[in-house]
Amino acid sequence: MNDAATRKLVLSHLWVAFIAFAVACLQGEYQVLERSGFISALDSPSVYFASVSTHGVLMAFVLTTFFIMGFGYTIATSTLKQPIWNKPLAWVGFWLALVGVVLAAIPLLTGKASVLYTFYPPIVAHAAFYIGATLLVVGSWVWCVIMLVMFTQWKKANSGQPVPLAMFATVMNAMLWLWTSAGVAVEVLFQLIPFALGWIDTIDPGLARTLFAWTLHPIVYFWLIPAYTAFYVFVPKQAGGFLFSDEMARLAFIVLAVFALPIGFHHLYMDPEQAKGWKLLHAIGTFVVALPTLVTGFTVIASLEIAGRLRGGKGLFGWIGSLPWTNTMVLSVILSLLMLIFGGFGGIVNASYAMNAMVHNTAWVPGHFHLIFAGTTVIMYFAIAYYLWPMLVKKPLFSKQMALVQLWTWFIGMSILTTPWHVLGLLGQPRRISTVVYNNLLTLAWKPYEFMMIFGGLILLASAFLFVYILAKTQLNPTAEVCEAEIEYAEPIHAVASLPEWLNGISLWNKVIAVLMAISFGYPILQFFFMDSYGSSPWGF
Amino acid sequence: MQTEPTKPTYEQCVRNFFAQLQAIHVDHLEQRWITISLLVIGLFVGIMTLDALFDGINPPSKVETIDSAKLHLSKEFAEDNLGVQVDDKGNVVVRMVAGRYSFFPKHIDVPAETPITLRWVSSDVLHGVHIPMTNMSTMIVPGYVAEITTTFPKPGEYPVLCNEYCGLGHNHMWSNISVIAKEDWKAPVKSAVKGGSNNE
Repeated sequence: MNDAATRKLVLSHLWVAFIAFAVACLQGEYQVLERSGFISALDSPSVYFASVSTHGVLMAFVLTTFFIMGFGYTIATSTLKQPIWNKPLAWVGFWLALVGVVLAAIPLLTGKASVLYTFYPPIVAHAAFYIGATLLVVGSWVWCVIMLVMFTQWKKANSGQPVPLAMFATVMNAMLWLWTSAGVAVEVLFQLIPFALGWIDTIDPGLARTLFAWTLHPIVYFWLIPAYTAFYVFVPKQAGGFLFSDEMARLAFIVLAVFALPIGFHHLYMDPEQAKGWKLLHAIGTFVVALPTLVTGFTVIASLEIAGRLRGGKGLFGWIGSLPWTNTMVLSVILSLLMLIFGGFGGIVNASYAMNAMVHNTAWVPGHFHLIFAGTTVIMYFAIAYYLWPMLVKKPLFSKQMALVQLWTWFIGMSILTTPWHVLGLLGQPRRISTVVYNNLLTLAWKPYEFMMIFGGLILLASAFLFVYILAKTQLNPTAEVCEAEIEYAEPIHAVASLPEWLNGISLWNKVIAVLMAISFGYPILQFFFMDSYGSSPWGF
Repeated sequence: MQTEPTKPTYEQCVRNFFAQLQAIHVDHLEQRWITISLLVIGLFVGIMTLDALFDGINPPSKVETIDSAKLHLSKEFAEDNLGVQVDDKGNVVVRMVAGRYSFFPKHIDVPAETPITLRWVSSDVLHGVHIPMTNMSTMIVPGYVAEITTTFPKPGEYPVLCNEYCGLGHNHMWSNISVIAKEDWKAPVKSAVKGGSNNE
């Protein structure tokens, strides 16, 4: 991290991510206000759906992808102690992705791409939206290549040595992302772009949805893995203890990456174009992928307990009180785990095959993914940013107190936002509506919950701006005080001297994924070419 | 003959893999936790699978295609064939068309405590439909017939809501269903009209 060029590269990625995040938070608050119907002047479906589409793209694609790229470069250079392989190429990836974002933002913000970030063909957006999104993904592929090359070169130069855990997780994520993005890439390149440009007259929305489902589950693990990486490699050290198990962490990342992929049909449970046997197969896989999260929960809590006891905590729960709650990383992991417990519970409900009918496409679903993504995952992005920022800008963090306030307010705001959201879903409110116009008594029960969501959103908005303010103030601080800290990685209780190749590389898992994907997606995709299906012509919105 | 030497190596690989897996240092607490986790996951998967296999509890998954651009020319989903019908075997079948921005017919009466087969098609874009407080939920994908069989236990007036973004008028896409006590419900007269395709 002493290399100024690398720091500039990482900071550029992270700033794009966090500016996109702040803009999207502003939109989020507008959306809960508009949706509630309390201010009739705001009422406008065209503005609302343009906003929701942009909010989704900024949060799910821009914040995540740029953050993960910047974080990956940091991990690779600091754990392998190597400069970035082919720095000009890394900048090419950055600019490709950024140009893509700008290209997609123009139709999004002018209301020409109000198709939501999940696309929904046969409704079509302006072609620039799809082309921009493609460039963003291509930029991220450049990052994947750089991660894989650095990993392979290091292994060649250090044969027999265990790859540092953080780098192992990052490479797993790069491999996961290449597999993940293939589904949506095929959809966009062979269906949506030709469709939007008028080169083809019809597409099969059933095939489009199946290809999108390929991407839709593992993409959330792509977002989540940096958070889990911080759980394993930063948290134990920051708490003052040790990592409970290095090998178990690797196994968790492997199962996460392998089983995240062949299970996308839990997004299609209610769809008519796939048969029940395939849905059940994917449902079982969905439950399997809960295992690495349960193992992660155990390892992280065990690592925290070791730290708490080393700090003098006694008794069954006494160690919790003696944890350093004022350390931003430790506070974040505690709040993140709390949200993971509730979000995970909701996820089990969603995953439960036929029971999904009770919550499918209701307000429950955005409630769930805000809790698990914007809560569990993004709070760890904050923690990582607070931890890395002083090393990236070589200045001390502007205010630790403010950072702690920011983390607490994010947690409180997210709880206030997502609890009523879940309840609204159970009360039957559909997601993706801009206002409630149903002439039905049932809708009266929805009002108080929508009111609560406005407050949750306000707290989150203040918290988001405070976050960006702290980072900016840290960087722009004119102080002469130079911060020379280095990233500290947690040590496992049992140091690993050597590892079998399958715990130290990706080639076996790449093959396992290929087999699993062929089994779980082979026939369900091929069926569209054998059955008498009818295409849909393009529709506006 | 030529395949023989590869077979033992493959076996060896698998055996090595498990030997190495066992060599991983696993704390006994960790082992216990993994066992508990697997049991819990096994319980959930078991309930789900047994329900699906023996009680037929599945999400709507009948893969059936239809030309969404020619619904008005199809016998089954032509306008005068929509709504509630009772077929030859006495099954209640409901045929509905989802189109921007409503479900047609806009109001239907169905009996409570009776299995009802609903067949949904889209005349334009992607839609989704659910009836709050019931398990009637399905996506309606253009090009496909979404079929779901369910029973409404409680009589009452329910809204039928579009739950998938289908355009700027999406909020306005809804209709009504009256669930009527079984003994008060009368089969509609037009049940004499035969559907275009049978529902087997």
